[in-house]
Amino acid sequence: MFALDIGWGTTLAIKTIVILMIIPAGALILGYVFLLKVMSHMQSRLGPMDPGGFHGWYQLIGDGIKFLQKEDVMPTKADKRVFAAAPAVVVLSTFLVFAVIPMGPDLVVKDLDIGVFYALAVSSLSVIGVLMAGWASANKFALLGALRAAAQLIAYELPLLLAVVGVVIQAGSMSLQDIVLQQQNGEIFGWDFIGNPFILTQFIGFGLFLVASQAELTQTPFDMPVAESELVAGYMVEYTGFRFLFFFIGEFGTAFGFSALAATLFLGGWSIPGVDGDWANILGPGVLFAKLMIVAFLMFWVRFTYPRLREDQLQALAWKFLIPIGLINILLTGVFKVAF
Amino acid sequence: MWERDIAFWVIALAMMAAALGVVRSRNVVHAALFLVVVLAGAAAIYILLVAEFVAWVQVLIYIGAVVILFLFGIMLTRAPMGTEEGKLDNDQRWAAGVVALFVLGVLIALLVDAFGGTDIKFTNALVEQGRTRTVSNSLFRDFLVPFEVVSMLLLAALVGAVVLARRD
Repeated sequence: MFALDIGWGTTLAIKTIVILMIIPAGALILGYVFLLKVMSHMQSRLGPMDPGGFHGWYQLIGDGIKFLQKEDVMPTKADKRVFAAAPAVVVLSTFLVFAVIPMGPDLVVKDLDIGVFYALAVSSLSVIGVLMAGWASANKFALLGALRAAAQLIAYELPLLLAVVGVVIQAGSMSLQDIVLQQQNGEIFGWDFIGNPFILTQFIGFGLFLVASQAELTQTPFDMPVAESELVAGYMVEYTGFRFLFFFIGEFGTAFGFSALAATLFLGGWSIPGVDGDWANILGPGVLFAKLMIVAFLMFWVRFTYPRLREDQLQALAWKFLIPIGLINILLTGVFKVAF
Repeated sequence: MWERDIAFWVIALAMMAAALGVVRSRNVVHAALFLVVVLAGAAAIYILLVAEFVAWVQVLIYIGAVVILFLFGIMLTRAPMGTEEGKLDNDQRWAAGVVALFVLGVLIALLVDAFGGTDIKFTNALVEQGRTRTVSNSLFRDFLVPFEVVSMLLLAALVGAVVLARRD
């Protein structure tokens, strides 16, 4: 263990800056790899593959420049302050999630005692930003989009929480660092080479988590809040330029955060077999990144493949299907926890 | 302990300003948004008292669900959109002021009477008390029956709501 002697103020500043950089960086990586490249391959879109020669590497830079030079339009009837604050609320909720995700044995902003619960609590704050945006735009389509988003996010928060409860019961802790260590040090019938990633026992929870987080991220097939054929762009319809970029970063940053959360809860987080101590601190972020990219690939694969659900189908799926499965999963996990 | 005092006063003043915003704003959506600040302040005070679990339950339930349902209901029914002025004034400021002062007086008298001499000491025992493990142990071991009774009550309310809302 190498020790650097720095005060807590400096440590806090470094941690804050790192997290402030992770969000746009993660959003851009997901946007570049999945939105521009994987989707282009899957849907045979030639445009984003063209600029700059090799696989269209220039496309994202071009898009970025395009967003930054757009005029910042605010509707005359908009509620100015609420309109301006809404994107910040969405990004703030994304920012807070990253505070508990461990990237190595010592690489975590604050390993809270109630880590998972905290992450899900702060991620629910983004709904307020969405409602603020939809209402302040003074636009019927925006308001409808915001209402759809609120109904959807409330409905799918329950399966998300229930999916996590199974993991919490099995690990016996809500701290994400503890959950990673449990998976690293676990064993499967006495065989402890790869530890015991919870996806093996909590595969129902993993499926639930993926479906529910897809809905929380308002990605297709759950993208009714921004359905372009019905609501233009939902709550984002009046946002342009830099403010729109904020929503984009919020959306993909949250996708990055939920993937990291799923990788930590179900795939063992930063740990890989045979690595510990200082090396785990050095390799940890890379391992976590590789795992979260696998999860993100699954999410975006579904996004690019399936058509949109109808509003009543969406609610029925959450209340009549996912929540009962989540409850059964908790029951089974409890029984096995007591039996073994 | 002066850091805690400063933090408390900052949070308390912000909460008071936001609470005044809740009752003074003429736009019902603004009032709901001010309420978010008040509830977040309450969560922050729970954290100051090392009651972490209660603090984040406050955030998840009150900000993440209750206020959102408020906003949802307001926007579905009577929200004035954009810069339209709402009509939220029923000209009873004096009566409201008297009632508010009365409640303030009663609360101050009660709290000073009950906890006036208590000095909260931030010991390890207190931190341990705020841990989720301790909270869940007391909830599911010592107070299991009241907990189950409350959940039955909520279930009854839920079923009642469904019955009332059904059309057939």
